[in-house]
Order: sequence, then structure tokens, then C-alpha cells
Amino acid sequence: MLHLPVFLIFGLICVAGAINLLVQKHPINSALSLVVVMASLAVEYLLLGAEFVAAVQVIVYAGAVMVLFVFTIMLLNAGEEEHTKGSRVALLLGVPGIAIGGVLVSWTVLRHSNTAPVPIGALPGPPKDVALLLFHDFLLPFEITSVLILIAIMGAVVLASRPEAIVRRLRRGEPAQKAQKPEKRELAVVGKER
Amino acid sequence: MSATTTFVILSIIKSVAVIFVLLTAVAYSVWLERKVSARIQNRWGPTRVGPFGLLQPLADGIKFIFKEDLMLPHVYKPLYIAAPIIAVLFSITSIAVIPFGNSLDIPAFHIGSWTVGPISTPFQVAADSAGDINIGLLIILGITSMGVYGVALAGWASNSKYSLLGGLRASAQMVSYEIALGISLIPIMIKSESFSLRAIVDAQRHLQWNIVYVPFGTIAFFVYLISAYAETNRTPFDLPEAESELVAGYHTEYSAMKFAMFFMAEYANMVTVACLATLLFFGGWLGPVFGPSWLQILLPVFWFCLKVFFFMFLYVWVRWTLPRFRYDQLMAFGWKVLLPMAIANLVVTALYEALKA
Repeated sequence: MLHLPVFLIFGLICVAGAINLLVQKHPINSALSLVVVMASLAVEYLLLGAEFVAAVQVIVYAGAVMVLFVFTIMLLNAGEEEHTKGSRVALLLGVPGIAIGGVLVSWTVLRHSNTAPVPIGALPGPPKDVALLLFHDFLLPFEITSVLILIAIMGAVVLASRPEAIVRRLRRGEPAQKAQKPEKRELAVVGKER
Repeated sequence: MSATTTFVILSIIKSVAVIFVLLTAVAYSVWLERKVSARIQNRWGPTRVGPFGLLQPLADGIKFIFKEDLMLPHVYKPLYIAAPIIAVLFSITSIAVIPFGNSLDIPAFHIGSWTVGPISTPFQVAADSAGDINIGLLIILGITSMGVYGVALAGWASNSKYSLLGGLRASAQMVSYEIALGISLIPIMIKSESFSLRAIVDAQRHLQWNIVYVPFGTIAFFVYLISAYAETNRTPFDLPEAESELVAGYHTEYSAMKFAMFFMAEYANMVTVACLATLLFFGGWLGPVFGPSWLQILLPVFWFCLKVFFFMFLYVWVRWTLPRFRYDQLMAFGWKVLLPMAIANLVVTALYEALKA
């Protein structure tokens, strides 16, 4: 009854947020627009009856991933974006590309779509159904995905870790860089003056 | 009246009532904090306004409203204004899915020619037709995880070094402890087989509170309690607003009502976290129920409020007893102690429940 208008409103908010993400020049504004996109997507999931996915969308994407984005932007104190020649080329090629892509997708969807609406609750949405799908029907793909993520985490640790020698030196309480010995010539000069 | 109209009117009444009670509770927990801290430090605390200083929160509110609202020239205006609003919004929203008691049943009565009722509505602002939300716990976790933005953006938009450092500390700390907090709750979900807060409370009937679900529930409770202190930026984890290092942390540049909004957000978050601890580990509204029917309806709400009050008191007690962590200690504690503990507890609980079934 109220579902369709609310669904459309949040769909519009989602698209507006996505466009704003591209238009804004400051990275923090773009990141916040992305938060709006994620949150309105969660509302769309909720309206489609996928409660669990909606909650996870908010917790993981809007709550954790985007907070880390904002955190990084704050930490690096990223300034406003500058336009280069590359960005003009991207604009010239990208806008027609998106238009063509959008037309193709909507044409395909409209041509092959089943016009009968699916009632809410017809598709698996409550946590129990999702759990059965994940841990029963699609257990192997699910576990393989988690291994993929584990590999990504290990990669991040390797990239961020410091070489063994420096770690050992830090543990001994010495500075990370080897202290440079004062050059002999300077010492000699000092000696002469004396 | 049609079902929809009744639903809308009831929802509005419930929202207004709950927000009123929450904000009053927030104001009086500030009073409680000042009184208890005074008691701990052998002082009097507020005594001048009203008996026992009970009108002090009101006086404070009036002061905040009439103070000059400084708009500094060097801030990033849109986010500087939005940050306190975001903080308050998310801290108040999460109370909507918290159940306070069984349900309010009023038989039909007449006002003039109108017939009202019979009314039967759960003690919970947002509920579906069954009087429950089957992902209530997840919604609370989601909303509290969004609350970080208020603090982080306040720190960034203020364009001042103390604020930025406070904001950075707050977001790093809240993201880190959120993981331990979330994982510490999963054993409870496994035991109750539900995300619904009502189902979790119902699973604790006959004094089978999760706190006495030894050792899994007990460990989960302590991990939850410690991470909750860190989530709400309270001592011993109040690094984001450490006075001795950062002036006031992320809200250094805020004055008047905008500052008061951060204050309200902090205390409202404390109330939410206390409600969650009550629901998940201390049996929610369960307690001895007796007497006439109106008393049987109100007693569960009373037990719930009593337990929440206990946690609010505990918050204040801890704050004025423990010193503050150093920042590296805080991070090391979160990642190297709490998180492994929560994960180990989760694995062992899952094994135990699977073998028992």
C-alpha cells in the first residue's frame, strides 16, 4: 500500500546521492554521498522483504566500510580534487558510455521481465532463510569467498608490515633508521679550530 | 477507527512518550553523574536549584538555549552544523526498537460518544503486526555503527587540531571496539536462536538469565560491557575527549545548544547500551509480577527501568573510579585481548550448542 511510493522516493534519493558523489569536488562530501547511497539501498532491500540483507548493508557498508573511508580522508587531510586532462577525456567518453549502458540494461530488463509483481515474503528474506541458503545450499562458494577475503587480509598485513630488521631494532629501543655517524672531515675541522 | 488510523495514532503517541522519557532520563543521568561523582569525591554536587538540586538539569537546559551560538569563521559550515544533528539523531533512533515490557492492554472505553479501543499494543515504538521486530538487535547494531559519523565529522569540520585528533581517535576506537561488541553478542543469538529482542528475553524465563549462562554468557557479558564503555566514549576509554590532552576533543569548537546536542547524544547512547545489556543479559522486563491487572502491566516496565538504572549507575561509578587508558594500551586491549576473547567464546559456544542439540 505505502510500499511503492516509499520505494520510489528512496530510489530517487539513491540515484541523487550517486550523482552527487560524482559532482562533489571534496572527497569528504563524496564519501558522505556514498553513505546516503548505501543507506537508501538498505531501505530498498527492507522494502523488498530482505530484512537481514538490509541490516547487514547498514552495519557493514554504511557503518564500517564508509567510516573507514571518512577516517582515511580525515587522516590524509585530502584536499579538493583538481581537474586534469584525463578527467576531461573521462567525462567526454564516460557520459555517452553510461547513457548507452543504461539504455541497454533497461531495454533488456523491460523486454525479458516478468510483469507479474512478486509479493513481499515470496523470496528468501528473513535471517533463517538466508542462513539456510548460505550454510546449506551454497556452503562451498560461501567458504571459498571467505578464503578470498582472508587472502586479501594477509596481503594487507604483508604490505603494511615493516621489514624484520627494523622491527627488531625497534624492539631493542633503537630508532628505526640507523643513526648516521658524524663525518670525519667535520670533526677534523673542529679540531683544527681548537 | 480503521486499523491504519489506530496504528498511526498509537505510533505517534508512543514515539512522543518514549522520546520524552528518554530525554528526561538523559537530563537526569547528568544530574545523577554530578551527584554520584560529588559523593565519591566527598563534595555536595548540585544543591541550589530545587530540592537536592533536582531542577539543575532544567537550569542547565535553559542556560544552553540562551548561550551565544558561536559560528566560527574557519569551520566547514555544512558539516559543522550537520555533525551534532547526526549524533543526536542516531543516538535517539535506536530506542525505537527496544521493547520495555510485554504489552499494554486497555479494554474499550468511552469518551463522550466516541468508543476508544480496545487497545492492545506492545511496549515498543516500532513493531510489526505481531508486536515484534525479528531483526531488532541488528537494527540497533546498525544504528549505533552509524553514530560514529557525528563524532568523526565534528572533529573534521571544526578545522582545529584538537578536534581533528579527537575525531580521529573516536572513529578509530569506535570501529575497533564495535567488532568485539558485535562478536560478543553472537553467543547470545546462538543460544536464543533469534535476532529478535523479545525472543531473546523470552528465552531467559525462569531466572535463566544469560548472565548466569556460565561460562559463555558471563564472558560475553563482560566483553560486551567493556566494549560498550569504549563505544560510548566513557572513562576509562574517553580518549576522544581527554581534557588533559585535547581540551575537549571533537567538540572543542562547539558552544551552546550544539555542544548540548553532543552531550545528549552521549547520554542517550549510554541509555541505549544499558537497555541492550538489560535485554540481552539480565532478562529484560522479567521479574516478579503480582497484584491487580494494571499493576501486572506496569511491573515489568518497572523492573526494566530498575535494571537500566543499575547500568547507568555502574557507568557513573566506573567513570569516577578508574583512570584513563593510554591510547596504544586502548588499541592493544581492544584488538589483542577483547577480540580474541570474543571470537574464542563464539567458537566454543557454537560447539557446545551444536553438540547439545
